Amino acid sequence: MALVILQSDFARRYTGGQTQIEVNASDYRSLVAGLERRYPGLAEQLSLGMAVAIDGEIFQTPLLEAVGPDSEVHFLPVIGGG
Amino acid sequence: MGNEQNTFRVVGTRPVRPDGVDKVTGRAEFGADHQLPGMLVGVVVRSPHAHARIKSIDVSAARAVPGVLAVVTAADLVDLPSELSSGGEAPINFRHVSHNVIARDKALYEGHAVAALAATSTAIAAAAAALIKVDYEVLPHVIDVLEAMREGAPLLHPDLFTTGVTPTPTTASNVAGVTEFALGDIAKGFAEAEVIIEREYTTQPVHQGYIEPHAVTATFGADGTASVWCSSQGQFMVREFCAKLMGMDIGQIRVIPLEIGGGFGGKTTVYLEPLALALSRQSGRPVKMVMSRGDVFKATGPTSGTHVKIKLGAKRDGTFTAGEMTLKYQAGAYPGSPAFLGGMTGLTPYLFEHAKATCYDVVSNRPKSAAYRAPGAPMAAFGVESAIDELAQQLNIDPLELRLKNAATTGMRTLYGAKLPVVGYVETLEAAKAHPHYSAPLGPNQGRGIASGFWFNIGGPSSAAIHVNEDGTVEVVTGNPDIGGSRASMAMMAAEVLGIDFAHVKPTIGDTAQIAYSFLTGGSRVTFATGKAVIEAAEATVLQLCGRAAKMWKVEPYEVEWRAGSAHCTRVDDTTRAPVTLAEIAHQAGRTGGPISGNVSINAAGAGPGFGTHLCDVEVDPETGSVKIIRYTAIQDVGRAIHPAYVEGQLQGGAVQGIGWALNEAYLYDEKGCLLNSGFLDYRMPVASDLPMIDTVLVEVPNPGHPFGVRGVGEVPIVPPLAAVANAVSRATGVRMTDLPLSPPHVLAQLDRAKTAG
Amino acid sequence: MAKHHIQTTINGEPAEFLCETQQTLLDVLRDELDLTGSKEGCGTGDCGACSVLLDGRLVCACLVLGVEAAGHEISTIEGVAQGNVLHPLQQAFLNEAALQCGICTPGFIIAGKALLERNLNPTETEVRYWLAGNLCRCTGYDKIVRAVMNCAAQMREEASHG
Repeated sequence: MALVILQSDFARRYTGGQTQIEVNASDYRSLVAGLERRYPGLAEQLSLGMAVAIDGEIFQTPLLEAVGPDSEVHFLPVIGGG
Repeated sequence: MGNEQNTFRVVGTRPVRPDGVDKVTGRAEFGADHQLPGMLVGVVVRSPHAHARIKSIDVSAARAVPGVLAVVTAADLVDLPSELSSGGEAPINFRHVSHNVIARDKALYEGHAVAALAATSTAIAAAAAALIKVDYEVLPHVIDVLEAMREGAPLLHPDLFTTGVTPTPTTASNVAGVTEFALGDIAKGFAEAEVIIEREYTTQPVHQGYIEPHAVTATFGADGTASVWCSSQGQFMVREFCAKLMGMDIGQIRVIPLEIGGGFGGKTTVYLEPLALALSRQSGRPVKMVMSRGDVFKATGPTSGTHVKIKLGAKRDGTFTAGEMTLKYQAGAYPGSPAFLGGMTGLTPYLFEHAKATCYDVVSNRPKSAAYRAPGAPMAAFGVESAIDELAQQLNIDPLELRLKNAATTGMRTLYGAKLPVVGYVETLEAAKAHPHYSAPLGPNQGRGIASGFWFNIGGPSSAAIHVNEDGTVEVVTGNPDIGGSRASMAMMAAEVLGIDFAHVKPTIGDTAQIAYSFLTGGSRVTFATGKAVIEAAEATVLQLCGRAAKMWKVEPYEVEWRAGSAHCTRVDDTTRAPVTLAEIAHQAGRTGGPISGNVSINAAGAGPGFGTHLCDVEVDPETGSVKIIRYTAIQDVGRAIHPAYVEGQLQGGAVQGIGWALNEAYLYDEKGCLLNSGFLDYRMPVASDLPMIDTVLVEVPNPGHPFGVRGVGEVPIVPPLAAVANAVSRATGVRMTDLPLSPPHVLAQLDRAKTAG
Repeated sequence: MAKHHIQTTINGEPAEFLCETQQTLLDVLRDELDLTGSKEGCGTGDCGACSVLLDGRLVCACLVLGVEAAGHEISTIEGVAQGNVLHPLQQAFLNEAALQCGICTPGFIIAGKALLERNLNPTETEVRYWLAGNLCRCTGYDKIVRAVMNCAAQMREEASHG
């Protein structure tokens, strides 16, 4: 099971305060689908301006990125630059 | 090809850049240099008020002037809904982009465009512009970030409700959003602290200050297709934004990138381009528009002015226990300051078990802020790195040792959650310690400041095409404007993989019809991400070259190996098949299957974050408050320097922009909210006589996410200087400087205040 | 109003143009004569991107009227290289990587060349003060100053062997 860790602020708003969620998923898409089943509406939030860090590597436009059974997953704002 | 390869033939050398001759002879075509037959001159009418309702616009007198062929207002652009659109990359509210290009209903800052016209000459255009009558109802305005946050402050947007707070507010506010990042238990962290520093810092909005004003030439055809020639940080960005604002299909617009005379983030959006298109559509003639410097200051950029509160806790031995940042950033007229990026970067150079950042995005009656080199990071770093300096003084610990004790290392969990990949921060600190600058003696009224900085660097969609010419020379086409020498690094990486001379590779920046989509030049991504695409395109080309050699030799492709620019047959005991060079294969390309080319489009992941550490010596004149930078050293983990001279240039240029931010640059407003210093005379950017040489140290901890180890380098160097300078001035004077810029009157006032107090 | 007919010399060649009274020399060079190597960064004489020589004197073309060129000699960036042979300062800018975006480069080369024509042995401070009227936002000036200093050293060397 991959471990999704949410910012407490984000968790307060969308998961009733739950910051650590275990999800059975093989890629980003199935991970988000798993989260959506538990917290309806979360997928839309994640699709708007959220990047993902899977085991430390940041993906700005994720969809098919692999998620391992021991992966640690964080959501963060999309990063731009100058 | 992995990082084990450490013997490069081309990478790490310093050839003359391929576009160099054009740029030293005046031949290079920049944004304002493009000419078309029958071209009209377009000008913009701008609001003289900081905040006003536009009751009506009467363009009849202007339209009647002979030679005026088009007049447009907001009604000529699509009235877009207010929603986040995730086209391209980061989510964008195109309604805001559109309203910033030309005001609809309300002008939100002095200089906000309200109308535009095109005429047959500059003189006619200027005279006609003066005849456009705008009936304004002037509204109360607000400039300062803290004032804008106050209850009862003049509201810019009646439909703006703070996001990121629960419950969702029911009354409108100038606070567009609040973003929070938290790690561990902040209260526990401060309870463990034996020393706590808590300070407030302010920085002023500063402009990117590119020397080339925004410029565009556009032509709109009777068939509904359009071409746009302009300088920007991304031809695909211009195409997408124009299509949205004009209600066109992306395929109807072709954007041809001209040379860009500096951007630093300020050319990652559109200002004039949609107006030029609308004017061309109305007149049926090509339209050229060029901003004045005053317009550039009043209506583009800058980055946010900020109010930053930092609280740091540490043990007596210097171990950090907690860090907290409260960041209030001016967004300008529309939401979208980089406050959250300040929150994600400020504390990242250090290991904190307990940390928190609360980031406020606040609108006020200023030009909409635009990205500026490591957006949001320098202001947060100014606070954090100043507080660390003060902590070092209180604990009587060397500021470099204090940083080393707490330095971020590979695998550290950041405040934004993710663990750091391979980074070289400690290496920059060690290099600083070993540098003669750090132990050089200081004279009277002199002080030494040290500060560090972090930036993520990004990857993203990138395309490259490699064409092998008939004689074995090679074309490399990419989709990213060359803002600081990237043509050289693209050509060098291609030459490295192909095994040919750098001089035989010609890099070109393709227009939107010539190369596949590439995200814009920004985020320190081009040498990393587009470079990765170039390397992969070169590898695809090598595969084809080997295949052709196999055909020529009548062997299997796996029996061919590419070494030093030639195909070698790997069959043992085969002496009949002498190696063939790229040029020889190219000559035979027609006979072996046709032209040879490699096309690659990728979404580059694996960007390596960068850390830098700067040393700054200043001398302060106690009589005048004038600060002179007497020595400066910028040290940075650059992963791998493809062309070290241009990497050094990034460090030097970023450091000097930061020095300008620290010492002099600021937007000054009068009581009506009008900008007082909209020119280079009064907006004082550093000049050559203000500065010493900027020494650099390139630390190379290769990024495992790039075949050659490249990390982005352009943005990190502007993060440390604000605090490096302020720490130096604080140590030289014995007075802690918390507000920028450290201009002579401000420094003198601080010295006088300290004297009176002390 | 009728345009003025102006006869002048540009980069050693006779030139003539029509211009309106209020057009600057920079407007004329760029818009009437297609000499777009001189750049407009500010229009107020603060950035030096439009530096040209007027009878050998360094001026900002944005502060000179087109009509004032009558009867004078103007030198622009387009005339610095002799045909396809670069001036040593142009070559020095390339060798030292003294440009990033390149928009300020023509102005710096005109200004730097004017310095070297007066003083082939400038100190770093003299170079920095001479170039203080030219803004560069990319380089931090380090490599520009080095290019001018190295070019001076090379030209001195060549002169002594000359």
